[in-house]
Amino acid sequence: MLTLLFDGIAYGMLLFVLAVGLAVTLGLMNFINLAHGAFAMAGGYITVLLMNRLGVPFLVCLPLAFLGAALIGAVLEPLLYRRMYARPHLDQVLFSIGLVFMAVTAVDYFVGGTPQNVQLPAWLRGRFDIDWVGIGKYRLFIIVVCGALTLALQAVLTHTRFGAQLRASVDDPRVAGGLGLNVNRIFLLTFAVGSGLAGLGGALGADVLGLDPTFPLKFMIYFLIVCAVGGTTTITGPLLAALLLGIADVAGKYYVPKLGAFIVYALMLVILMVRPQGLFARAGGGK
Amino acid sequence: MTTKRQLLKLSLGLVAAASGATVGAADTGPIKIGLILPMTGQQASTGRQIDAAVKLWVAQNGDKVAGRKVEIILKDDGAVPDATKRIAQELIVNDKVSVIAGFGITPTALATAPLATQSKTPLVVMAAATSSITEASPYIVRTSFTLPQVTTPMADWAIKNNIKKAVTLVADYGPGFDAEKYFDSQFRLNGGQVLDKLRTPLRAPDFAPVLQKVLDAKPDALFVFLPSGQGATFMKQFAERGLDKSGIRLIATGDVTDDDQLNDMGDVALGVVNSHHYSAAHPSPTNKKFVDAFQAANKGMRPNFMAVGGYDGMRVIYKALEASKGAGGDALLAAMKGQIFESPRGPVLIDAQTRDIVQDVFIRKVQRVPAMGNGLYNVEFDVIKAVKDPGKTK
Amino acid sequence: MSAAAGLKWAARWRWWEGALLLALLASWLLLPSHALLLNEIAILALFALSLDLILGYAGIVSLGHAAFFGFGAYAAALVAKLVMPDPWVGMLVAITLAAVLGAVCSLLILRGSDLTRLMVTLGVALILYELANKLDWLTGGADGLQGVVMGPLLTPLGAFDFDLAGRTAYAYTLVVLVLCLYVARRLVHSPFGYSLQALRDNRLRAASIGLSVNARLIAVYTIAAAIAGAAGALQAQTSGFASLDVFDFHRSAGVMLVLVIGGTGYLYGGIFGAIVFTLLKEAVSAWTPQYWNFWLGLFLVVLVLVGRERLIRPWAWFKP
Repeated sequence: MLTLLFDGIAYGMLLFVLAVGLAVTLGLMNFINLAHGAFAMAGGYITVLLMNRLGVPFLVCLPLAFLGAALIGAVLEPLLYRRMYARPHLDQVLFSIGLVFMAVTAVDYFVGGTPQNVQLPAWLRGRFDIDWVGIGKYRLFIIVVCGALTLALQAVLTHTRFGAQLRASVDDPRVAGGLGLNVNRIFLLTFAVGSGLAGLGGALGADVLGLDPTFPLKFMIYFLIVCAVGGTTTITGPLLAALLLGIADVAGKYYVPKLGAFIVYALMLVILMVRPQGLFARAGGGK
Repeated sequence: MTTKRQLLKLSLGLVAAASGATVGAADTGPIKIGLILPMTGQQASTGRQIDAAVKLWVAQNGDKVAGRKVEIILKDDGAVPDATKRIAQELIVNDKVSVIAGFGITPTALATAPLATQSKTPLVVMAAATSSITEASPYIVRTSFTLPQVTTPMADWAIKNNIKKAVTLVADYGPGFDAEKYFDSQFRLNGGQVLDKLRTPLRAPDFAPVLQKVLDAKPDALFVFLPSGQGATFMKQFAERGLDKSGIRLIATGDVTDDDQLNDMGDVALGVVNSHHYSAAHPSPTNKKFVDAFQAANKGMRPNFMAVGGYDGMRVIYKALEASKGAGGDALLAAMKGQIFESPRGPVLIDAQTRDIVQDVFIRKVQRVPAMGNGLYNVEFDVIKAVKDPGKTK
Repeated sequence: MSAAAGLKWAARWRWWEGALLLALLASWLLLPSHALLLNEIAILALFALSLDLILGYAGIVSLGHAAFFGFGAYAAALVAKLVMPDPWVGMLVAITLAAVLGAVCSLLILRGSDLTRLMVTLGVALILYELANKLDWLTGGADGLQGVVMGPLLTPLGAFDFDLAGRTAYAYTLVVLVLCLYVARRLVHSPFGYSLQALRDNRLRAASIGLSVNARLIAVYTIAAAIAGAAGALQAQTSGFASLDVFDFHRSAGVMLVLVIGGTGYLYGGIFGAIVFTLLKEAVSAWTPQYWNFWLGLFLVVLVLVGRERLIRPWAWFKP
């Protein structure tokens, strides 16, 4: 069913935007940041609060969500995260779990636990029905925005100096530092942008995935799956992994509803067993 | 075996001594009520509503019953059954509570049932909605509702309103199965046809594939049961995929249009016909007083069916304590059975036989009510009086 | 001293280990009204002990250890309900089945990075959760498995019923905990145990001196799974109930927290961590039933940032 394919792609693109920051953090700083979902939640709540309490239009909220989450990331990185880079993965996992708990409870305390609703502008509601494919306007919007972001990311990585510096730092931070690159600044910028993207993803996804204080805990698993399956050394890896995940999830629930949630987990297990470094990791690159 | 018999006598003696000790302590000290609610986790909104309702009851009716002070011990179980059982056990053994109440989800109530029986402590279920709960122990009394109780009237209404073919969509867990089973049997009993029975996973559901299936099946109506919290997302996707314009009517149980979130759902919820036992817009003076007081005490938060379950649960406990003169155990349980009173939801009876709640079930439609701040409310337009839980095994 | 003598000296029973065992016994005798809470702490300690074997001694970061806990819990509950209500039989079956599951799953964690292992272990726990939900004719699904009535506990001192106050349950749990502790201790202070630590510290080098890495990983994972299964069985048997929650992520995350609070790599971290974590949780949750998670998160963040060693030695904070 083409509509299903379309839905799966939209879901996958959304997951990609949400997870790309995590993949880059993982690949660059070798830091397992389980609190990544909290940045997404921050972006979602910024959008909802701005729209519902201050009446800011949806399209304006999106870049604000990006900036807001990026700002939080830029503050937390030198303050907290930087001390954790050299620590063993276990400490990083626990540290980020602690952050998630704090973020989740804080949001619950200040905003309340009821799921938040995004009132989409009228031009984004409804769908186009073209022959045999129903294209939801909002999902099309998601695909367009996420697609543009992906292209922009790829362009930055491959065609700019910053991108080259970033790739160098990912491959070997020590040597990159030795060559005079300000690795700390690169980390800071990358972390901020990654968090900003998560925030944007959260804002975009609030309508489709739902938004409540337990958002980071619910969806963290999916972000991790995208990173694990896609590998953390490229951008296209997580992109393809997210698409695969999105389509498999949607198709699985349609064709084999009895197995519903299994499909995704089982697929991930199989892929990881066959290629433990991820489906698309560059051979010999990354950790 | 002699050892077994000796052990049995010893444990019986211990239990007798324990309950004797309870009765002894109950004469002058405060009466303690254990309130076990999910204050954290996925079900936190349930805990919040019930907690607020309990506090409202105490604020309105004082904290003295039968000449003694009432102490409510609130504990969070996070909706984890193991925690609920341990907390309940501690409340019974250490704090010597006269009654335990709350229970946000079914497994927590089922896990605690053997404790109630063993210690002869009445257990008041204020939220959980599976039929079999009251059968798990003779000490369980329910003031919430059961899914079959509110689902069968919906099926009846559907038949009466020209809906011949339906598709059911429920969340993949206990109450969902109950709703699906009872809608299906009642609908088919009256000549309807259930084209497909769909399920969505309980966590992080994506409604896109199932809604596609609904479109493919082309029923007259889609019957939905989802835990409160997923209703908004579902309805948005229902509208987004054009199902509202495709001629498929949306009928549901009231959990989907939960008063707690209804107002935030926006216009997508308009027109949804659903069946439930409580609406914040129920036009009775008792309810108006309840809603106004609740909102005044809780920053405008609207009470929902969970809150009314807690409120009425406290009513049952207080009146029973008065009748039993502060005693616990069997006397308290007997005083709970057969209570008949006017609740904010309407007239209510605690069946003496099944210890379950018998109440009116309303068919409602979501509309904007100008008289109530133009908010979205479930406006009742039909009622089935005194519905007993059809889920009881005979 | 020579290497062999050094290792032997490290393996001797310390005074504080004996004191701990005495304290455990004393807690059963002197705190009968808290038996339920202590029981919960002891089960958590046993679960954390099993995680310590793979995390502290073999360096495997697992986010899905609850898979074995839950498997043991359901196994014990089903045995009690369908076969026979004797607790020991249920325990043995649970341990065996959990070990089998552990052996099978260990094949998944042999390759890949930390992230891969995290995801694989998480994935297994999630799949088991969904399976338990689907097979509701067997497991009771989301409502949980009821009707689990345990028979009396047969001991050389007589048969004891599981009482309402939880004293029998706590005694039972303590016995299992001490037994497993002993087994783990022997394991860790054996050539096998030392080779595990070599593996943890530097897998490449360990392999290069001829240690069979995979065989050791499989072995330790299986044993850890068996002990986790025992903890799960205790949970199901002492509470007379098993629900989907035994597979839930918060259990896997919780046990990791406990272990890190107590400290990995010396076997007793699980016990200390369980005591601190549970008491802290009880205290904070009594004070703020709704938002205690926040303080727990804060505690974690501070703990990790400051480092456990410095945290428990406050005088070290003011060292110049």
